[in-house]
Amino acid sequence: MATMMLGAAINAGLRKAMEDDDKVVVMGEDVGVLGGVFRVTDGLQKDFAEGRVVDTPLAESAIVGTAIGLALRGYRPVCEIQFDGFVYPAFDQIVSQLAKMRARSGGCLTLPIVIRIPVGGGIGAVEHHSESNEAYFAHTAGLRVVSCSSPDDAFHMIQQAIASDDPVIFYEPKRRYWEKGEVTAVPALGLHDAAVLRPGRDCTLISHGPTVKTALAAAAAAEEDGFSVGVVDLRSISPLDLTTLRREAATSGRVVVVHEASTFVSIGSEIAAAISEWCFYELEAPVLRVGAYNMPYPPASVEDDFLPDVDRVLAAIDRSLTY
Amino acid sequence: MTTPRLIEDSFDLDRPDRAGRPMFQLIDPEGVLTEAGARLGVSVELAQELHGDMVLARRLDKEALALQRQGELSLWLMSWGQEAAQVGSIRALQTTDMVFPSYREHAAALCRGISPADLMRQWKGAAHAGWDPKKSRFHIYSLVLGTQTLHATGYAVGAAMEKTDEVVATYFGDGAASQGDVNEAFNWAAAGSLPVLFFCQNNQWAISTPASIQMRTPLHVRAAGFGLDAYHVDGNDVMAVHAATTLAAERIRGGGGPALIEAQTYRFGGHSSSDDPKRYRSDDEFSDWERRDPLRRMEAFLRSEGVGDDYFEALAANADAFAVTVREACRSVEGSPLEDLFERVYVDQHPQLAEERAAYLAHVSSLGSEV
Repeated sequence: MATMMLGAAINAGLRKAMEDDDKVVVMGEDVGVLGGVFRVTDGLQKDFAEGRVVDTPLAESAIVGTAIGLALRGYRPVCEIQFDGFVYPAFDQIVSQLAKMRARSGGCLTLPIVIRIPVGGGIGAVEHHSESNEAYFAHTAGLRVVSCSSPDDAFHMIQQAIASDDPVIFYEPKRRYWEKGEVTAVPALGLHDAAVLRPGRDCTLISHGPTVKTALAAAAAAEEDGFSVGVVDLRSISPLDLTTLRREAATSGRVVVVHEASTFVSIGSEIAAAISEWCFYELEAPVLRVGAYNMPYPPASVEDDFLPDVDRVLAAIDRSLTY
Repeated sequence: MTTPRLIEDSFDLDRPDRAGRPMFQLIDPEGVLTEAGARLGVSVELAQELHGDMVLARRLDKEALALQRQGELSLWLMSWGQEAAQVGSIRALQTTDMVFPSYREHAAALCRGISPADLMRQWKGAAHAGWDPKKSRFHIYSLVLGTQTLHATGYAVGAAMEKTDEVVATYFGDGAASQGDVNEAFNWAAAGSLPVLFFCQNNQWAISTPASIQMRTPLHVRAAGFGLDAYHVDGNDVMAVHAATTLAAERIRGGGGPALIEAQTYRFGGHSSSDDPKRYRSDDEFSDWERRDPLRRMEAFLRSEGVGDDYFEALAANADAFAVTVREACRSVEGSPLEDLFERVYVDQHPQLAEERAAYLAHVSSLGSEV
C-alpha cells in the first residue's frame, strides 16, 4: 500500500477507524491541536467533527473513567496515555472498572475501549517516560493486551483493537515510532495471532514490541555463525497465541524470550512456564529470559547497558545451545 | 500606595460562602412548613407519593437487615435515614435520565423499578450486580468510592456531543468526596459545561471517620470553586430535596452546566451490617438526628394537612405485603454456577480462559466419576 513510519501508520489506522465508524472518538492529553506529543494523532482533530478528538484535562484516571461513561453510551473511545509511566493514576479505573465491568454486570455491559500507551525506553528520556508495564495489565482478567512492532502491524492492529468489543491495552514501541516499513492494504493476521518472522531449527526467540528488532538482529548474527534461530513476534500478550508458541518451541527445542520489561514475574515468566508445561519432552534446554534488570528504569546515561541488546540475546542463545 | 492589607481586603476572604450556605428547607423536623415552604408552597399529593416511596424503602432495609441477621444475606448496607435524600432526588429526575449510584442507593433504585430480588442479589453473594442498567437507566453499584462520578461525566460528554436535553446524575457520599476521581469529575464536568448532576449524600460519617476529618471546606463551597452550581439542602426534608433537584435539573437541561447538591442527612445504621456505629458515635448524636427523621417529619406534615389514619393504615398494610415479597425474593435469588462465569469475562473468546474452563469442567467431571 505504502511505506510509512510506525507512528504515521497508527495515525492512518486511527483515521480509517474514525472514517469507518462515527462512534470512534479519540481522547487524551494534547491529542487535538498539538496532535499528541509523538504526533500520533496529528491532523485528526482538524479533519473530523468537533468532539471526536478531545483534548482532555490532565487527569489519567478521568480519561479512562470518562471513556467508560462514553462506552456505556455506545461510543468506542480510544484513549491516549501520554507516557507509560503516567498510566498509574488510571490504574483503578483500568483494573477495577474497565476490566471488570463485563464480568461484574453478568455479561450485560461491554466496554469497547482502546488505551494506547507509548511504551519502553531507548529515547534518552527522563524518569517515568521509559517503562514497560505490560505485565500489570496482562495479569488483569477482562483486558486484552497487544503490542505492535512494525508499521504494518501498527496500522492494522489499531483498527482491529478498536473493532474489538473487549477493552484493549495497545502498546506502541516509542523508540520505533520513526522507523519505516511497508504497510499492506489487508491484514495478514488477526489481532491475537503471533507472527513467525523467521523460522528456526536450533533456537526460537520470542519477543514483542521494541525488542522484536533486537531479536531479528540477533538471529541474523547467529545465522552468520551457522545457527538457525527463529523469531516469533508475540503481537498479543493477552491472550497469548500459545498454539504458535508451542509449535515453534517444539520445532527448535530451545526458546529465549526477549522483552524490555524486567524478567521477574514477567510475560517471559508466563511463556517459560507455559512452554515448559506443554513442550517438556521436546525441549533441549530450559526456556531462558532476556529482559531488564529488576530495578526502576535507570537514568538515560546507562539505559544502553540496561536494555536488552543483541549481545545479551546472543549470549542467551549460546547458553541455550550449550545445554 | 497599595498596601498588602488593602489587597487582602479586596479579595473578601471572609465572605459568608466560605463557611457554607444555609440549608434549603421547606418542612422543618416537626413537620411544619418553614418560611420558604409557606412562601413557595408544597404539594400534598407529591408529598404523599414521596412519603409512600420512603416507607417502602425503609421496610426493605428493615427486612434485608433481618435477613442478614438470619444468614440469608451475607451483607447489607442500609439506606435507613437517607430515604428523603434519595427519593426526593430521583423522583425529580426524568426516568430517561441516566443515574450512576454508589452502593447505598436502594431507595433510589426502588423508585427506578429495580426489584428487591435484584437489589439483594449482590448482597447474597449471588452476583456482583443485579440488574440491567440499560433498562432501568440506573447503573450497577460502584463499590470503589467515587469511580462512578467519572462514568457519569463520560456519559454526559456523549449527551453534550449529541446535544440531548438529558441530565446525568451521580450519587456519592461525603467520604468519597475525598477521592481524586470525584474531584477530577467535578473539574472535567465544569470545564466542559457538561450536563451532570452531582448528588452528595453527606451522611456525616465515612464508616467511623467524621466529615470534619474529611474536609475543611463544606462540599458545596468546594464545588462552587470548581465552577459548579452548588446547592445546600436539608437531605432529610424530601420536599426540599425534590425542589432543589428539580431546579438543578432544569437548569442543567437548559444548558446551564453541571451542578452539585449537598444534602445533609444521616446514616441511622452502621456503614454495613458488619459495622458497629456505637464504637464511634454517641447516643446523643443519634437521638439528635432521630428527631430529624425524614419519615417522621413527613407523617407529621401530612397529618397536619389533614391526611388521616386511613392513608397511614393502608400504607402500613402495603408495606407489610411488600415485606413478604422481599423475604420471598431473597430466598429465590440464586447465583450462577462457576462454569457460566468463564463466559462473562470477555465478549470474544479468550483462548487461555477457554482452556481453563475446559480444565475446570474436566476436573469437576473427574470428581463425579470417583463417587
